[in-house]
Amino acid sequence: MTDHGSPGALTHLVLRERHQALGARFAPFAGWEMPLQYEGIVAEHHAVRERVGIFDVSHLARAWVQGPRAAELLRSVTTFDVTALPVGKAHYSLYCNEDGGIEDDVFIYHLPNDRWLVIHNAANADQDFRRLQEVAGDMASEVTPETVLLAVQGPEAMELLGNVLGERVAAMEPRDCIELDWRGSPVLMARTGYTGEDGGECIVGADRAEELWDAFIEGGATPAGLGARDTLRLEAALPLHGNDIDATTHPYEAGLGFAVSLDDDAPFTGREALVAAKERPRTRRLAHLAARERGVIRRGYEVSDPDSGDVVARLTSGGHSPSLRLGIGMAYLPVELARRGTMLEVDVRGRALPVEVVRRPFYRTPKDS
Amino acid sequence: MEYETPENLRYTPDHEWLRREDDSPDEVTIGVTEFAQEQLGDVVYLELPAEGTALTAGAPFGEIESAKTVAELFAPVTGELIAINGELEDRPELVNESPFDEGWIVRVRISDETELDALLDAAAYRELLPED
Repeated sequence: MTDHGSPGALTHLVLRERHQALGARFAPFAGWEMPLQYEGIVAEHHAVRERVGIFDVSHLARAWVQGPRAAELLRSVTTFDVTALPVGKAHYSLYCNEDGGIEDDVFIYHLPNDRWLVIHNAANADQDFRRLQEVAGDMASEVTPETVLLAVQGPEAMELLGNVLGERVAAMEPRDCIELDWRGSPVLMARTGYTGEDGGECIVGADRAEELWDAFIEGGATPAGLGARDTLRLEAALPLHGNDIDATTHPYEAGLGFAVSLDDDAPFTGREALVAAKERPRTRRLAHLAARERGVIRRGYEVSDPDSGDVVARLTSGGHSPSLRLGIGMAYLPVELARRGTMLEVDVRGRALPVEVVRRPFYRTPKDS
Repeated sequence: MEYETPENLRYTPDHEWLRREDDSPDEVTIGVTEFAQEQLGDVVYLELPAEGTALTAGAPFGEIESAKTVAELFAPVTGELIAINGELEDRPELVNESPFDEGWIVRVRISDETELDALLDAAAYRELLPED
């Protein structure tokens, strides 16, 4: 297993030398030494929005659950009914605690022959894997160290993925996942991502990772770091576990009800609390705030109601949107203030910056709008 | 990497530069160095006081926001803020692209010329920069 715990000893990426050669500036993240940026966050952000970018997100933990009972066992610890997920499809899901709080958000991939892949956030990797082992025992295995996970994202991403990986990619629908043979080695490709753009994520053995990375770079992908990944996911209003969702927030107030299945009778951790939470009127909701004057709103800044003067929330995420050229952020607001069009204020180090509650996502791709 | 440090400028340990204007010697132009902009990353917004504001040497007078962080701007000298670079409102990236020229930030009328003597020359400032 990867040692995620010891402070100071960062885990290095398999492709570290590739990132160094491309001028990456590294930063520690969840025990990993990760590329924060190469050319610059804004340029990388625009490359993904306008063309195609590539992210090495091998810090995300990858675990298999395999065997005839895998679906049923996964169902017992996750919120989405994976037993209804067809072979070749992936879906977003959650680990909740008994109170319905979100312990992590995950992607689950259904592959042929009762094989299921689960992708965990790096910061939660150890506890997530233990959770799987508790129910699945030897049927669960972690493959993080011996594989590399590359995300190829942007309007030209599917074309590039097809050019590199072959024609089977062209037929893929969103959230399809397939295993293909790439120059004699297996590559798992899913049409998923975390940027709000089209594209895919590929898992390849560490021994072929440099070759695959090079093929994407030579095909025109711009290397992009965690900095751009954060601005892209924020514009797409995708929550980040540890910021926007955590063990104290439940899926419904976070706008993640689509990841919770209650219609089947199967028990799973947190079910009773989530049934109750769904029926109870919400007291707060994760709302999306756009600055109406110039300035940058950031995580932790206080949100206040100008009518009462009361501080009503703190931003769970925030930053400058390179695509919209304004400050954007998220916060759990009392429902009466979470309505679209409500004007609030964010305290930007003493300056009251007006913000408006807007609908999600902040940014829509030209294809969506 | 070698950072540019023009010889005709004065510097502060906070990685700001000053240029004395030849045609009006009591005026200085102020910006941040190439090293500073590289550390900040993409500059996206500058919060600056209005023209006419009195600045005190060593005191913060504004903020520079980048995609990943925010840094304070400190007044290198005491004086009156007489101009701000209006181009930066729409193109804050000029601070990254041209830190010593188009990316200048404010112009100040200094009240005490002797304060300039306390600032670093290019050689002394270079000593503060990392080797690699």
